[in-house]
Amino acid sequence: MSFASHYSYWATIVLMVLGLYILIARGNLIKKLVGLSIFQTSVYLLYIAPGKLIGGTAPIIAEQFRIYSNPLPHVLILTAIVVGVATLALGLALVVRIYEAYGSIEEDEIIDRDRKAGQDA
Amino acid sequence: MISEHLPILQVVLPLLAAPLIVLFRHATLAWLLAAAASWCSFVIAVLLFFTVPAGGAFDYALGSWAAPWGIGYRIDSASAYVLVLVSLIASVVVTYARTSIAAEVDRDSHYLFYAMFVLCLGGLLGIAATNDAFNLFVFLEISSLSSYVLIAIGRNRRALHAAFQYLIMGTIGATFYVIGVGLLYLMTGTLNMADMAERLAQVGETRPVLSALAFITVGLSLKIALFPLHFWLPNAYASAPSVVSAFLAGTATKVSVYVLMRFLFSVFGARLSLDALHLFDVLVGLSIAATVAASLVALFQDDLKRMLAYSSVAQVGYITLGIALNNADGLTAAVIHLFNHGITKVALFMLVGGIVLRMGTTRFSDMAGLARRMPFTAFGFVVAGLSLIGVPASAGFVTKWYLVMAALERAHWWLAALVVATSLISALYVWRFVEMAYLREPAGEVRRAEAPLSLLIPAWIMVLACTYFGLETSYSLTGAQEAAAALVRGFR
Amino acid sequence: MRSQLVLRVIAKLLIPFMLLFALYVQFHGDFGPGGGFQAGVITAAAVIFYGLIYGLPAARRLVPDRFVESMIAGGVLLYGGVGVAGMLLGGNFLDYFVLAADPVHGQHRGILLVELGVLITVAGVMLKIFYVFAGRGRDPGGA
Repeated sequence: MSFASHYSYWATIVLMVLGLYILIARGNLIKKLVGLSIFQTSVYLLYIAPGKLIGGTAPIIAEQFRIYSNPLPHVLILTAIVVGVATLALGLALVVRIYEAYGSIEEDEIIDRDRKAGQDA
Repeated sequence: MISEHLPILQVVLPLLAAPLIVLFRHATLAWLLAAAASWCSFVIAVLLFFTVPAGGAFDYALGSWAAPWGIGYRIDSASAYVLVLVSLIASVVVTYARTSIAAEVDRDSHYLFYAMFVLCLGGLLGIAATNDAFNLFVFLEISSLSSYVLIAIGRNRRALHAAFQYLIMGTIGATFYVIGVGLLYLMTGTLNMADMAERLAQVGETRPVLSALAFITVGLSLKIALFPLHFWLPNAYASAPSVVSAFLAGTATKVSVYVLMRFLFSVFGARLSLDALHLFDVLVGLSIAATVAASLVALFQDDLKRMLAYSSVAQVGYITLGIALNNADGLTAAVIHLFNHGITKVALFMLVGGIVLRMGTTRFSDMAGLARRMPFTAFGFVVAGLSLIGVPASAGFVTKWYLVMAALERAHWWLAALVVATSLISALYVWRFVEMAYLREPAGEVRRAEAPLSLLIPAWIMVLACTYFGLETSYSLTGAQEAAAALVRGFR
Repeated sequence: MRSQLVLRVIAKLLIPFMLLFALYVQFHGDFGPGGGFQAGVITAAAVIFYGLIYGLPAARRLVPDRFVESMIAGGVLLYGGVGVAGMLLGGNFLDYFVLAADPVHGQHRGILLVELGVLITVAGVMLKIFYVFAGRGRDPGGA
């Protein structure tokens, strides 16, 4: 139970908090999406790392191998990656359209412009 | 025979309608396909609701791989109840959508709208039907991603930013959920929820299990817009096309509440989730804050849709209050409020859609003299508004009654008093509409311009349902009681 | 990049091998790492590569937008169709065992068709994303 033997968890936590911090602290919409992606990536690590057995191979039955790694996390994370890609693509598409509509991708400027438009109407 | 395939057909029909719609690229055909898929899934849901054995469930193994190894679907009373709610709202809304979408969305994207609509429906139904925690995440993301598109598809530029905010918050919520599921998978080695519940009893209150519970609860609270995690909701509902506001208000948050209840009561068990982690105090506190604060905020909105959106946040508070009380009446109140608030809010948003079509605005100040311009719309709004307040002989009353009973049973008389008091605040904001629509003199000449029948009829079906389910509660109430019992019983 | 002769020639030489490699990854998925997702992305990458060298309009002529959208829908339908076929042949949804007389053959056939559906959809989605983002602001009609 030493610090070093759990390094994959530490990496997961650092990435997770890093992503969340960028998400909260940055007003730039693209940077927010970067943070979101890092945050999601940390989850991939959370799933994949414990599935690996030291010395284990891909679970394809063969004479010379006895230890196999758990394949299920990989399958799950393949799905999660696809979800992540879809989210990122949709997020970027929204940012492109926001830029076309507002001429800015800074959140405070967008809110500002909305407020001004609300006062004019 | 076909009856044994009903659990999967429920989900697959709308999911497969989506690519068909994209393939044909035709607006009218898209609407027909979407309507057919929605109505078929409603029929299937009703069949399931009436045939699901009391105290039992339908199990369905995908690909014929038995449950702990393959993905299994499981329909018990609780999931059947949610399936009926979602597919009922979808089929009424899709009938209504044609006229409203023609006015609010560019013609080029009509087929995309309907494709996203059925995709969202399929995702929501899948969440209720599946018994696999990770499969549930995938369906959660299918429905969420399509709802972000649905919100942004209109012409309102505010909708773009609202959809982006919702995308960020929704993804954080879903990722939190998947972190929780990952921790549970590490501790139990299974993703099948029935299996998980069984093995969690052996693992006990270890730290990973408790943190999994925390992650899942927070993640789902984001999805259900539980105060103070609700900031995405008012913007999204206020700027989306009217059809989308109606559909999402009635279904999206409700299904997430179902997932929360499923995890708290069936997977973790109330002893672990509500007692060990003191979730009761947290949930009660947040519920009270939600009902009081959001109701007060709703009172001061100058936009009709935004007011309804804040009222939704407040109503979620009643549902979580029922969950926190954790007795038979409280849970019944929570489940039945999913239904009652669902139909009420859908009716209100659909009527607002008619106002948008005729007047092109949702600002309160423009509603002066609305009753003379659109008498049926205004009257329907009042009737559904009464259900929102919870006056006797309306659907909302049934919920409030059970909530008060549950609070009294737990000897929290102050909670009961609070439920009544917050209802008074909602009476105030419904009254604001009445005052504007009926008592104010309209500016300028009034020409009668009622919403077209294609909007009015579906909306009034929902308005009448609000009254009907307030008077005749045999289906909605017994269904809710059985659903509550099924949630507590879990997978045994 | 229209004048870069070297790039244009090399691209023409490379693209067939990229497509071939995509097929290799696709069919190797039966026995080892590989499958529809990766193969779909490689297929799309070949077309995107073509678009980068010869320009977006050329890529759009090669694989038209309408076709890409049909690919997205068609792949999902193929996947779902295999599932429904399993149901019609007397099994459950996505039951591959009943797709052939011999259950092992049935599994092979089922996974092959499903992965083909995945390949078509993933390639379609990747191309659509590329077209939409690259074409934004250039030709308003094509997006």
